[in-house]
Amino acid sequence: MSKQKLALIGNGMAGVRCIEEILKIQSEMFEVTVFGSEPHPNYDRIQLSNVLQGATTINDITINDWNWYKENNITLFSGETVTNIDTTKQIIYSDANREVAYDRLILATGSIPFILPIKGADKKGVTAFRNIEDCEDMIEYSKKNKKAAVIGGGLLGLEAARGLLNLGMQVDVIHLSEYLMDRQLDPAAGKMLQRELERQGMNFYLGKQTQEVLGEIDVKGLRFSDGEEISADLVVMAVGIKPNVAMAQNSGIPVNRGIIVNDYMETKIPNIFAVGECAEHREMVYGLVAPLYEQGKVLAKRICGLESKAYEGSVLSTKLKISGVDVFSAGEIFEDEQAKSIKEFNEWNGTYKKVMIRNGKISGAVLFGDTKESNILLSMINKNADVSEYLNAGTSEPSVSLVTSMSNEEIICGCNGVTKGDIVTAIESNGLTSIEEVKGCTSASRSCGGCKPLVGDILELTLGADFSKSNQKESICTCTTLSRDEVVAEIREKNLTHTREVMNVLGWNTSDGCSKCKPALNYYLGMIHPVDYEDEKESRYVNERLHANIQKDGTFSVVPRMYGGVTNPDQLRKIANVADKYNVKLLKVTGGQRIDLFGVEKEDLPSVWADLDMPSGYAYGKTLRTVKTCVGENFCRFGTQDSIGLGIAMEKKFERVGTPHKVKMAVSACPRNCAESGIKDLGVVGVDGAWEIYIGGNGGTHLRAAELLCKVKTSDEVIEITGAYIQHYRETANYLERTSVWVERVGFDTIKAIIGDKQKRMELNQRLDEALSVLQEPWKEIIESNAIQTGLFQKVKIPAISNK
Amino acid sequence: MGKTLQKIKISTVNEMPKNLGKTVTIGSHEIALFHLANGEFRAIENRCPHKGGVLVEGIVSGDYVFCPMHDWKISVKNGEVQKPDNGCVKTFHVEIEDGNVYIVL
Repeated sequence: MSKQKLALIGNGMAGVRCIEEILKIQSEMFEVTVFGSEPHPNYDRIQLSNVLQGATTINDITINDWNWYKENNITLFSGETVTNIDTTKQIIYSDANREVAYDRLILATGSIPFILPIKGADKKGVTAFRNIEDCEDMIEYSKKNKKAAVIGGGLLGLEAARGLLNLGMQVDVIHLSEYLMDRQLDPAAGKMLQRELERQGMNFYLGKQTQEVLGEIDVKGLRFSDGEEISADLVVMAVGIKPNVAMAQNSGIPVNRGIIVNDYMETKIPNIFAVGECAEHREMVYGLVAPLYEQGKVLAKRICGLESKAYEGSVLSTKLKISGVDVFSAGEIFEDEQAKSIKEFNEWNGTYKKVMIRNGKISGAVLFGDTKESNILLSMINKNADVSEYLNAGTSEPSVSLVTSMSNEEIICGCNGVTKGDIVTAIESNGLTSIEEVKGCTSASRSCGGCKPLVGDILELTLGADFSKSNQKESICTCTTLSRDEVVAEIREKNLTHTREVMNVLGWNTSDGCSKCKPALNYYLGMIHPVDYEDEKESRYVNERLHANIQKDGTFSVVPRMYGGVTNPDQLRKIANVADKYNVKLLKVTGGQRIDLFGVEKEDLPSVWADLDMPSGYAYGKTLRTVKTCVGENFCRFGTQDSIGLGIAMEKKFERVGTPHKVKMAVSACPRNCAESGIKDLGVVGVDGAWEIYIGGNGGTHLRAAELLCKVKTSDEVIEITGAYIQHYRETANYLERTSVWVERVGFDTIKAIIGDKQKRMELNQRLDEALSVLQEPWKEIIESNAIQTGLFQKVKIPAISNK
Repeated sequence: MGKTLQKIKISTVNEMPKNLGKTVTIGSHEIALFHLANGEFRAIENRCPHKGGVLVEGIVSGDYVFCPMHDWKISVKNGEVQKPDNGCVKTFHVEIEDGNVYIVL
């Protein structure tokens, strides 16, 4: 029997996802042809705002690459637009004069951005934010221009605005409503969001209607209906999308706002289906990914002739993808006669929660600042849970019952489109027992990680008594079920001395570990046996193995030590000479107050170090990086203490000792805190006649203000407290756990009590001194060892060979 | 198609520490040569299919190397990228003779 011809118009997320579902059910049934107007394979449109914000790149957002189409024998016409469908003869016509006959046809033409029909909307520098080209245009514009105006303070507009801020532009956001995201948020949450985004640098014009785009050929600015004008070199219209239905309509397919479909995604014309943003189901058009995936599944079954549950619509939920801003909204959000709410507003922490109740059932929610409950609330809304269930959620264990009530079709991981059924099947057929394994097998929770708690619940539900919650978060990698504490205890008890021995004795399920456990075990062994343990170079991440920072092109960067950020003409001359001699591509002053030399070839590293004749700055190390200092009392008119002197003393004392993760320190000579002591792993602030010591700060991924541990009189006391703190961190933190996370996990008060205990403090310092006593300057060690240079640094180069 | 295979000496067994890689360029080929824990030698293209990361600097565990850029796991035996990622790198034939390591091209 010859294959049926299946055609898809629209090479985007909804349509291609549906094809994937069809191939899963019946890979041989159809001969598939796909038309896509965009010149790209199927990509993750949702991630465009992350591309603009610099969190990912265009290459990374491809979902199905060109090969996928080949491998699945799909004929793809990309960059080609379908102009007409003859629904009686069942033929498609494209703008490249192509004619393709079909037996079944899926319309997944998506949406088009809505461009305000105002004067000047066609000027150069006005763009939408919908596809890769828009994104590239904005990035290009940001290189030459300063001022951007985003029209639309909804989800897309704000994400675009954040991206443009990241690209270095000044950004005005113009919004018609009096508060932001008025479709998803109530005024309280909208105002909180506005304050947070203003803090991030956005400027808002609310309650403003744009009347005209100003400028000759290029955009120069905007005029509002009240006559006010602002200047702008780039205007992004993000006022909404509308279903792309013109071609369907012209071909005689019944259309309302979108292409009208029934509960099985069938249009009113035989053999033609519609899915995704172009489809209108029960008078709803969806513009979010989860509903589209649900629709795709129903449609796939229908097309393959399988029994399928009807699609009954979806509850809309939204999360804003801007770092540092947690916003969630789902279901209905406004109170009325019948709909009541439970509200919690914490002005101090900047959190807001509103849970909507209609007829005693949970019907919607808005969260700002803390979105931990979003999964639970969304499930409750989806299953129309009784308000009592929500109110009891704190006392009982609601999460397990939530995944219990979900159907197998329900999407758990929205980023990767993984359903509950996919996860359950993977757990059962592959014997998975941890979230990590589920992630490896299904990709669930791999992207944003927001669904991790749900994946954990599904594991618990599927495995029942076999599931051990304690193994979940703690196991150090998928090679073992043992936690960090268990492994460390076993190493001490059985006196294990090298990584392979640990793996063998403790029953690792891999012969030789992985990239997670090898460096971790190497660290724990070194921490436990500081004097006897021989560091395993092969168990170190490349940077720590080669004592330089690897860059994306495989070259390295070199950062010599400048104690306390203080340098001198001699050092600077040496650095300049090395930079000339080795063609250093970039010299950059680092955030840790020293100089980074970029683009050094691996085999040149030892001679670069020899020429520099300076110690390693350990800019690559899980160890003390730098002690940043302000200039202090010797020059500064506000300085109350010798911050440089103390910083140098601390750096010299604690450098090189291995820690679970990098450790950054700072010493400021007054509370103006020019060395940023408040966001360091350990920060010291000089006040008149004393030093304050702060711990657990972080200025990176996990932005956190350091907490005041104690106030001491002398520099010696600072060093003593610091030593005890570092050693306690070395002994109790998980490998790769920064102090900011560790302090929160272990508890600030617990740490304070231990360091405050004189006896314990002394013992900690003794153990640290033992570890410090055996350390050597690594660059010098390598310069003096031919064996290390040959084994680790030399490349083999053989000129081109001739093939006769 | 008279293409003759050539056997090119790269290094000696003793000079190559176990569980580490060596960067080898032969003409336009950039190759990552690994000395595995079990004593075997394996050679693959020194370029991760993800973003071109230098595989030679990765952590080697058993028959796999983990790309130092984004931790993709790749078999040094058949060049296949391990799930959930996809792709493949070229492999090269390695021979050991009298304590010398050769790549056959």
